[in-house]
Amino acid sequence: MDPRTVAAVWAGKVAGVASRTLGRGGGTAIAGLAAERIEPAIVRHLVAQAGAGAIAITGTNGKTTTSLMLSRIASEAGLRPLHNRSGSNLMRGVAAMLVEEASLAGTIPEAARRLAILEVDEATLPEIVRSAAPRVIVFTNLFRDQLDRYGEVDTVAKAWERALAAAPAGTTLVLNADDPAVAHLGRAAPGRVVYYGVDDASAGGESEQHASDFRTCLDCGAELAYTVTYYGHLGHWRCTGCGSARPQPDIRITRVAAGDDATSITIAHAGGELTIALPLAGLYNAYNALAAAAGAIALGLPREAIVAALDGFSAAFGRQEHFAVEGRDVQVLLGKNPTGLNQVLRAVAARPGRKHMLFFLNDGIADGRDVSWIWDADYETVQPQTDWALAAGTRAEDLALRLKYAGFGDDVPVERDTAAALRRALAATPEGGTLHVVPTYTAMLEVRELLAKQGGARRFWESDR
Amino acid sequence: MSGPVLRVAHLYPRLMNIYGDRGNIMCLRHRCEARGIGFELTELGLRDRLDPASCDLIFAGGAQDREQRVVVDDLLATKAAAVREAVEADVALLAVCGAYQLFGRYYREASGAELPGAGVFDLHTENPGEGARRCIGNIVAEWEAPGGGTSTIVGFENHGGRTRLGPGARPLARVRSGFGNNGEDGTEGAVYRNAIGTYIHGSLLPKNPALADHVIRLALRRRYGDVELAAIDDRAEQRAHAAALRLR
Repeated sequence: MDPRTVAAVWAGKVAGVASRTLGRGGGTAIAGLAAERIEPAIVRHLVAQAGAGAIAITGTNGKTTTSLMLSRIASEAGLRPLHNRSGSNLMRGVAAMLVEEASLAGTIPEAARRLAILEVDEATLPEIVRSAAPRVIVFTNLFRDQLDRYGEVDTVAKAWERALAAAPAGTTLVLNADDPAVAHLGRAAPGRVVYYGVDDASAGGESEQHASDFRTCLDCGAELAYTVTYYGHLGHWRCTGCGSARPQPDIRITRVAAGDDATSITIAHAGGELTIALPLAGLYNAYNALAAAAGAIALGLPREAIVAALDGFSAAFGRQEHFAVEGRDVQVLLGKNPTGLNQVLRAVAARPGRKHMLFFLNDGIADGRDVSWIWDADYETVQPQTDWALAAGTRAEDLALRLKYAGFGDDVPVERDTAAALRRALAATPEGGTLHVVPTYTAMLEVRELLAKQGGARRFWESDR
Repeated sequence: MSGPVLRVAHLYPRLMNIYGDRGNIMCLRHRCEARGIGFELTELGLRDRLDPASCDLIFAGGAQDREQRVVVDDLLATKAAAVREAVEADVALLAVCGAYQLFGRYYREASGAELPGAGVFDLHTENPGEGARRCIGNIVAEWEAPGGGTSTIVGFENHGGRTRLGPGARPLARVRSGFGNNGEDGTEGAVYRNAIGTYIHGSLLPKNPALADHVIRLALRRRYGDVELAAIDDRAEQRAHAAALRLR
């Protein structure tokens, strides 16, 4: 192994240990930065050792859950994933994971049966394509998210097209046919394209969705029309101008039925049918399972592994994750942009019983500094079932005002301190009852840390080994 | 006798809605209905014609560049003349972000291509190019509230274009913190007759209730004279406004 790679691995490991010892969280960013400083191509050198190659997963919503599903499928198939499961999805996060997995000699143990499963931030995809040369890239969807950081939604779409132009000819793209912006990437494909989609119109929502981000054709600019709308701009679309339309999916959900905290799904593909009892609620999780299955099929993983992994799936951190705290069931449901939040609220509303809701709105860099998106989210969905609600986070006052408009009343309590908010919410939830916590990204990390301290769960870098 | 009714024409609600613009409509509706004022909303999309006599307030929000290009052709072909006619007849107008730019004289893109505007406001907007930073962040601007005294408008801005006013428009507000029209001359937004344009979203109106009521009064004045707007419970609005003043 080349000495600089070894030195980078050592530096990363030391930085990671130091950060954890000091209690500064998982050390994911620091370890990666330390390694990259010594060897900028550290990701390339370490991923190249993985015998089963790499798969990258990107998109606005669902990439953490889809990646975790793929990781479980790979494990079922006898592979050992190299997976940035903490959701740290910038280059430094990928580098940190690889450094942690590497030996002190700079080699990846059991390299022959390693598959790199890389969750990748939308804007980081070009770098990952250059350095990790993934065999397969899965795209989940493209919605408005953190416009202050990414710029316009179109900026992300263009960056993806540029990244694909630089991808090796053997790269397989796994694309969501129901998302016009993602399906459009098929035009820029360097090689094989696998489309996935939902073919069960009974899962469709309202015909017109205000939190829809692609209403015009990416080819000709004319308006898009839908025969089925699932959520946001996902559905069976066609252009009213040039006639371009949703591609026929190769791998498709033919039936999706919602249960309490679970979804039963039938997936059809050229190799036959898969029947999955997914222990997660919400159509968005059916999409995640479909994307993961499509990625696994593109990699040639066996169907038994797909079914076994998805049937036994448990939530990624902060995504419909349950914690038992003080005799209450606390469910944490990340809601970080209008489309994702609307899906979460629909899933909450579909559960029986009165609700206790703790909403967080933070405006950190990782949340997006601009909080105007809350006006595109439908807090109204859960209001009729809500007995108690608290607006928390660094922008709690903005959130309380939005909740007032959603019918929660003039006096929604406001609490900026995360620990205090959690205490108040637990006190307001009857013993044996469920508290639904709906945080933005940085609030989710804080809430999870607090719940872990109260014995509710393991910390993310300790879980799922 | 039936009370006043605010008739709002919302231009391109599907195509121009990127920064929570829906909150502005929700706010106008709430603040009218809480006072027994009727609220009628007409949504106008591509190819729909605007009847200048049929509305009291024209509203349009922000869009991405691609949608903006689609909208500008349609705006010039089917609505710009009617919007100008309406504004000259003292119909109120509120244009936020992308719509604010489109209602000026022209918008010069980063590539140098020039999009003609609807010409409601005497202003123009130029994008200094890919290398220049977008004007992004929280903004606080000082505004001469119509009741007298200085008030504030709070929110968020995110725009690449720099806007400069001509002699036919006056600024809506002075920037206290943030960029405003161009980050240089300290102005934010524009006013011409009963038309208001601004870069501030957030959504703009919910946590700026004084501005929301000002827009409602302007809109109702043409048909009903000066309408008394009863005080309503604005505690949540004031808390959000006060919190935004402390943001950096």
